Amino acid sequence: MSPKKFSVLDHVLVPKHERIPISEVPKVLKEINATINQLPLIRTSDPVARELGAQPGELIKIEREDEYTGKTIVYRLVVIG
Amino acid sequence: MVDPIKRISAIKLSVLSPDEIRKMSKVQIITAETYDDDGLPIQGGVMDPRLGVIEPGQKCPVCGNTMHSCPGHFGHIELAKPVIHVGYVKYIYDLLRSTCWKCGRVLLTDKEINEYLDLQRRLEKYLPFLLPVFHEHIKNKASKNSICPHCGAPQHKIKLERPTTFYEEEKGSFRKLAPDEIRNRLSNIPDNDVRLMGIDPQESRPEWFVLTVLPVPPVQVRPSIMLETGIRAEDDLTHKLVDIVRANQRLRESMDAAAPPIVIDDLWELLQYHVTTYIDNEVPGIPPAKHRTGRALKTLAQRLKGKEGRFRGYLSGKRVDFSSRTVISPDPNISINEVGVPEEAAKILTVPVRVTQWNIEEMRNYVINGPYKWPGANYIIRPDGKRIDLRYFKDRKSLASSLTPGYVVERHLIDGDIALFNRQPSLHRMSIMAHVVKVLPGRTFRLNLLVCPPYNADFDGDEMNLHIPQTEEARAEARELMLVQKHIMSPRYGGPIIGGLQDYISGGYLLTSKATVLTKEDVIELLGVAKYAGDIPEPAFYSPKELWTGKQLVSLFLPEDFTIRMKSSVNAGRLRCEDDDCLHDSFIVIKKGKLLTGVIDKKSIGSQQPESLYHWIVKEYGGDFARELADRMFKMFIRYIEKYGFTMSLDDVDIPPEAQKEIKEILNKAEEDVEKIIEQARRGELEPLPGRTVEETVETKIMERLSKARDEAGEVAANYLDIFNNAFIMARTGARGNILNLTQMSATLGQQSIRGERINRGYRNRPLPHFKPGDLSPYARGFVYNSFRLGLSPIELFYHAAGGREGLVDTAVRTSQSGYMQRRLINALLDVRIEYDGSARLPDGTFVQFTYGNDKVDPAKSDHGKAVNVDRIIERVVGWRE
Repeated sequence: MSPKKFSVLDHVLVPKHERIPISEVPKVLKEINATINQLPLIRTSDPVARELGAQPGELIKIEREDEYTGKTIVYRLVVIG
Repeated sequence: MVDPIKRISAIKLSVLSPDEIRKMSKVQIITAETYDDDGLPIQGGVMDPRLGVIEPGQKCPVCGNTMHSCPGHFGHIELAKPVIHVGYVKYIYDLLRSTCWKCGRVLLTDKEINEYLDLQRRLEKYLPFLLPVFHEHIKNKASKNSICPHCGAPQHKIKLERPTTFYEEEKGSFRKLAPDEIRNRLSNIPDNDVRLMGIDPQESRPEWFVLTVLPVPPVQVRPSIMLETGIRAEDDLTHKLVDIVRANQRLRESMDAAAPPIVIDDLWELLQYHVTTYIDNEVPGIPPAKHRTGRALKTLAQRLKGKEGRFRGYLSGKRVDFSSRTVISPDPNISINEVGVPEEAAKILTVPVRVTQWNIEEMRNYVINGPYKWPGANYIIRPDGKRIDLRYFKDRKSLASSLTPGYVVERHLIDGDIALFNRQPSLHRMSIMAHVVKVLPGRTFRLNLLVCPPYNADFDGDEMNLHIPQTEEARAEARELMLVQKHIMSPRYGGPIIGGLQDYISGGYLLTSKATVLTKEDVIELLGVAKYAGDIPEPAFYSPKELWTGKQLVSLFLPEDFTIRMKSSVNAGRLRCEDDDCLHDSFIVIKKGKLLTGVIDKKSIGSQQPESLYHWIVKEYGGDFARELADRMFKMFIRYIEKYGFTMSLDDVDIPPEAQKEIKEILNKAEEDVEKIIEQARRGELEPLPGRTVEETVETKIMERLSKARDEAGEVAANYLDIFNNAFIMARTGARGNILNLTQMSATLGQQSIRGERINRGYRNRPLPHFKPGDLSPYARGFVYNSFRLGLSPIELFYHAAGGREGLVDTAVRTSQSGYMQRRLINALLDVRIEYDGSARLPDGTFVQFTYGNDKVDPAKSDHGKAVNVDRIIERVVGWRE
């Protein structure tokens, strides 16, 4: 066994995930012109959320790269689960 | 005065309590009898008159109203023993698992309960959308505890046997939980704990999920029908209620007589069955209750569910006035944005017009013409709101003279009105488009052939619907948003969905081909049908007489600054060339609106052809110009093909004897090779392909060899066909058919297949009894040597029919599957909209996509999906230079 544990974040098919601390949340919400209840959710039990150690109430910023449409940014609200 | 408009701020649905059921009941149903010998309803039966009057002239004994104004009243049945309500089984199951059987508390510690209650209060206030997740979490957590944190009682596993039986595991064996026991447990759960499970105990106590008293709906809900024979046929619900009352009575009698528990349990279960099927007769796990005739009964759930149910059939099923439906037929002489409406229909469909001082004379004429003479009017509405039906009004002349501004005349449909035209299935937005009305003789709707592709219409008996917008706003929307020319570009693939088809394409090809020269008479006729009003161009030839080319005529209709370079459809095979230096005339060059080289065919003017000549015309000069072009230039194409006399005959697929011989040799060679493959395999010398058995390898190799043979045979046939052979022209230009169809007609039909394999089903080891078992030869396995021209042998015909049948079955299956998928997609996406910030959201603002399509591109306004087409821009700017 290699000493380094496998991280889902390293997988080629997993896009870039980034934690947004609670203090930054209102700023982001304002930026995307949304309220907290309008965001899609991600559970704390999600492999990526677990890897990042995301806490409920935070956001996760996902940057996806697409062959045709280029870079897109998606935010998800972390919830218990 | 009180404002008559009330706003509904909220609707709350909750469970009926036994007390409520008794309170709203006007009569207790105690007997299964319905009518006595005189045909009068029995008191205390399910047709008790106190449940509502249904006979005219009778007065309701409860409310005193007559049949028309009595709303009907509920009754009730006191159940001898409680039964489970099927609709709440899921909740009962959850509650039983997550609460203690002894003390009724949720299986969480007091501390946890208080914390969760607090969290719930905050969630309700701030994040109510998370409540379902929260309750799910509590249920999962509580049902995991095996010892009650409150009374310490060990918890048993609860098993649900669908639909309505619960078991409890005790010392390894299962014990049935009777509904009354379940009801006791549920009533033991304190209000606060109920709240944690997502149920409001004020409105719906969990013990109400188990029925002790059953409401009986008013007779208005279940009317009986009188048959011609004078026999009364009762509604399904009435039948079911009678069953329930009867089962209930038997159960009560057995209990009173202290019958053995087994008998009582059996009767109890019977009552449970009747109550379950009364509510829902399609519950999985139990046989549906049947009518005497064997038909399954339509009970409460069935009345609501499905396509003809209350919701889809009545609440969302809208029916409209001012609409009509009839068979469609083609009319190449009307514009693509027109629709031919039969006079008969135009006299029924009306448009309300307000009388003004400017239109009063016209309106008077309509009124004088009346309802039976087109163009007339059917109704007038006086300023005081009174409607006058012109069918029954004698002196229309004086009525017409009494018209003053402020009247509204519902006049007949006339030329120039706007109408919405639709063909089902309405799968995309081009299935409903606005057309300009043109009233024509005949009894069918007429439409231009060029709008067949968006509607997917043909004229083998298709019918279409027509709707007449009735308000100024609706008409404006139809004209501005829905008119045909605004929908030439399809959002499906960023290209024109409207464009030339079939004869338009052959005509375009023949007219613009190098072989075509036109006399002055021809030119005048062609430009005449196209309503060309300018000057005739300089002739291309002066000697021996003045002659014009088709390309010159096409150029007259192109915009002066239009430039394009593209390949034609005929640019393939022998006529292939890569740039404008093309000897075959198969490369289109248009500079400054002049068609210099190339022929017009499917690739340039065809429908559903992105990046075509017609596509760039629509994009760069707009829908109105493109419509004009379709009405004029395309008209010229079909007039030319009419003059040319385009047809197809057996001669077109005939090939000379030497070609037939050549084909025969190719097929013989293939047959020999197949023979060799089979022989090789028989001797076990065939190397199997990776992942295949020897048998599969043989099949693959044979199929490969035979398809090669068919291709070769086709090539030979195509080489012997004349380039100006009519069938070949259609195939090359893309007007109809393809080269494969031609080779099947003239050379060989080739291999027939079922599920991608050679035909191998039928008898044991052989498809037909004409062959030896295990015969793998091409002929025995569905290879058709003959062509359609030569005719098929009986065996070949059978194989061909077998292969053809698969195609038909596939189409039938596909349409029903994709129809259902479409319905679900539409229901899910129906109210998604694009906000001004470019995000796709639901009405409450929740995100569907953060940026629409991730690139904010509207496919209908894109170039084949791309937002910007740099190549085309460069071509437009510099393409016209030498």
